[in-house]
Amino acid sequence: MTNEEALQHQTQVAHGAAVAAHVAHHKQSFITKYIFSQDHKIISRQFLITGIIWAVIGGFFSVLFRMQLGFPDQTFPWLEDIFGKWAEGGRISQDLYYTLVTMHGTILVFFVLTAGLSGTFSNFLIPLQVGARDMASPFVNMLSYWFFFAASVVMFSSLFVSTGGSSVGWTFYPPLSALGDAAEGAKTGMDLWLISIFLFIVSQLLGGLNYVVTIINMRTKGMFMTRLPLTIWSFMFTAILGILTFPVLLSAVVLLMFDRHLGTSFFLSDIVIQGKILPNEGGSPILFQHLFWFLGHPEVYIVALPAMGITSEVVSTNSRKPIFGYMAMVGSFFAISTLSMIVWAHHMFVSGMNPFLGSVFTLFTLLIAVPSAIKVFNWLTTLWRGNIIFTPAMLFSIGFVSLFISGGLTGIWLGNAAIDMHIHDTYFNIAHFHLVMGVASMFGMFAGVYHWFPKMFGRFMNKTLGYIHFWITIVCAYLIFWPMHYEGIAGMPRRYYDYSNWESFKMFEGLNTFIGYVVIIVFATQFLFIFNFFYSIYKGRKMTESNKNPWKATTLEWTTPPLPGHGNWEGEIPEVHRWAYDYSKGDRDFIPQTEPIGEDEGEH
Amino acid sequence: MDFAMDQRTKIHPKRYMMWMAIVSIIMMFVGLSSAFIVKRSQANWVSLEIPLVFFYSTGVILASSLTVAMAKRAFGLRQISRYAVWLGAAAVLGILFVVLQTIGFIELWNSGVTVSRNVSFSFLYVIVGLHALHVLGGVVALIVMFIKSFSARNIVYSSLGINLMATYWHFVDILWIYLLIFMMIEG
Repeated sequence: MTNEEALQHQTQVAHGAAVAAHVAHHKQSFITKYIFSQDHKIISRQFLITGIIWAVIGGFFSVLFRMQLGFPDQTFPWLEDIFGKWAEGGRISQDLYYTLVTMHGTILVFFVLTAGLSGTFSNFLIPLQVGARDMASPFVNMLSYWFFFAASVVMFSSLFVSTGGSSVGWTFYPPLSALGDAAEGAKTGMDLWLISIFLFIVSQLLGGLNYVVTIINMRTKGMFMTRLPLTIWSFMFTAILGILTFPVLLSAVVLLMFDRHLGTSFFLSDIVIQGKILPNEGGSPILFQHLFWFLGHPEVYIVALPAMGITSEVVSTNSRKPIFGYMAMVGSFFAISTLSMIVWAHHMFVSGMNPFLGSVFTLFTLLIAVPSAIKVFNWLTTLWRGNIIFTPAMLFSIGFVSLFISGGLTGIWLGNAAIDMHIHDTYFNIAHFHLVMGVASMFGMFAGVYHWFPKMFGRFMNKTLGYIHFWITIVCAYLIFWPMHYEGIAGMPRRYYDYSNWESFKMFEGLNTFIGYVVIIVFATQFLFIFNFFYSIYKGRKMTESNKNPWKATTLEWTTPPLPGHGNWEGEIPEVHRWAYDYSKGDRDFIPQTEPIGEDEGEH
Repeated sequence: MDFAMDQRTKIHPKRYMMWMAIVSIIMMFVGLSSAFIVKRSQANWVSLEIPLVFFYSTGVILASSLTVAMAKRAFGLRQISRYAVWLGAAAVLGILFVVLQTIGFIELWNSGVTVSRNVSFSFLYVIVGLHALHVLGGVVALIVMFIKSFSARNIVYSSLGINLMATYWHFVDILWIYLLIFMMIEG
């Protein structure tokens, strides 16, 4: 027997064994089934629940610093009970304020909207929607979650060191982040922060490799790339962006670690700190910004693309209409991903960059408006004259489109170097990115959870709570971030601890108090969702075999049993005969992808 | 459970995965190389002196690539004992490579070129060090495969493992040659 024959023989044996195993549901202990699981569905739930815990922590931090900004002259004794010396007299200290701001950014961008969003839905939907039994490498997939878990543990513990958690901003620009003497939050807390991000990058790379390979290589028979649901396209571009850009951040983290502990001068030069002249010479902090934003900008698309994919799928399903311009959607994913890697310096217009270089980056940045506008156009035209079903998932998807338009339009302002120089680092900027990628992606995540919850847990979430959750959240999102545009145009800088000493910003005192109240309301409302989520896992209305495709969707995941075991399909994996968007075709409401093309119908 | 075998595809998914991983490692070194180029055009740059040992280590890693290729060939001919010998030789050469790099570092350090002496040498330490870590990762995999080749209970028929190993090993080899030439020209 040659190698190849032997291999083939082994494959057949393995194949037979695998099918037998799916039917027999091999015995598993609690630990291998729910903790160190290699099942992509369990791993996705692990990502989701870890993400929810982080979202509560990150959201709570924003409540705390908005309280400082909204009620600067009041004291809250309970803060001292929680934070001790960091909130003496019931007022958040300056160091803690910066730690809260840094952690809010880090947690929400990396742990919630990267790991929580793409970790959850890439893991859950890729094998189910392309028709695979699991990821290309279930073991590497498990490692991806556990590296994320380790990153979480390190990040969480960094909050408890005596000098406090990192307080240098989520962008961790040196020299502040490189010098422990510069701030309390640049000491041990910063080291732990860097270790955590290091682990996080490893986790994202391991996950991303799996996502791409599974999509390219593990599709079921007949599932051509042009038949993939748009969710899968978005996850693929997300993963590719991660694979290409996270390693560059890794190199920046390594260089920064050298600067912190081995006395090198990659990013440090001519610094006097507390009257002491440092020996570091020849380093360039701008170099760090280039390395950081080479990830940092694609990162916002890593956050936004999965939300776009989920929105496309949910909007099409609940409009009972094929997605408008499928290939244009795929093309614009590609265009956004490509452009996102050559616009990073638009974050650095005021960093001392050559103005001619700035104009090139302005051009590329504004070009992103084209594919973004194509997407918005396609979502609106899909909704147009659709037979719309307002499920909570649909509302959150429409909310995503709304927020993406509102936030995206201000991107055209900020992308212009000439305007950016005036509103850089003001509240205008905060309003822009929170709407376009923060809250919008959060909405995409909510839409995904409401839509695929039945597939994940075999039960439904409560609709009424979902509607209340949606309306309060979207109203509050606009009430919080809309006024910030005005503050920003008036020049109010971001990251300040207290504005009451500035005559020019005193007029915004009332506005900040108002935002403070709204933040508390919207944060409290999220507990409705969390209650709904956990309650429904155990007590929600059950999804039965006869109702296993509740949204009447065409995609493959709804052909599996209500609670699929490891391996997803009992017996053969279904074959795919058509694209994912055959809604309202002829006199049929929807035609599943598994149904062969009829004689009297054409392929889309 | 390995579902990857279920699929009817021409290229094994794990081969794809190895290539993607290589792309991501390349991106890290692209990041470092571009940082290097940016720094080079600024003031205070001191020309690199590549220690002589690094050229010996280049010979060693080239030889190790040859041994891995021989191991792959022996596996294809199902000469398992030869396969084990070649794998072992590759692992030893890999370790020797890392030892030589370390000797290079020690020589540099003792001649006063410490990691913090000048940013050009800091780059040398970081780049060579990160590359050596990737070689060490490969050595660990080689040793595991070497030990496994003696196990009578788990006879491996699939050539996937050795193929992935060879791909990775040739990659770190080529990566080193690129880095050496890059530092000689740009440094």
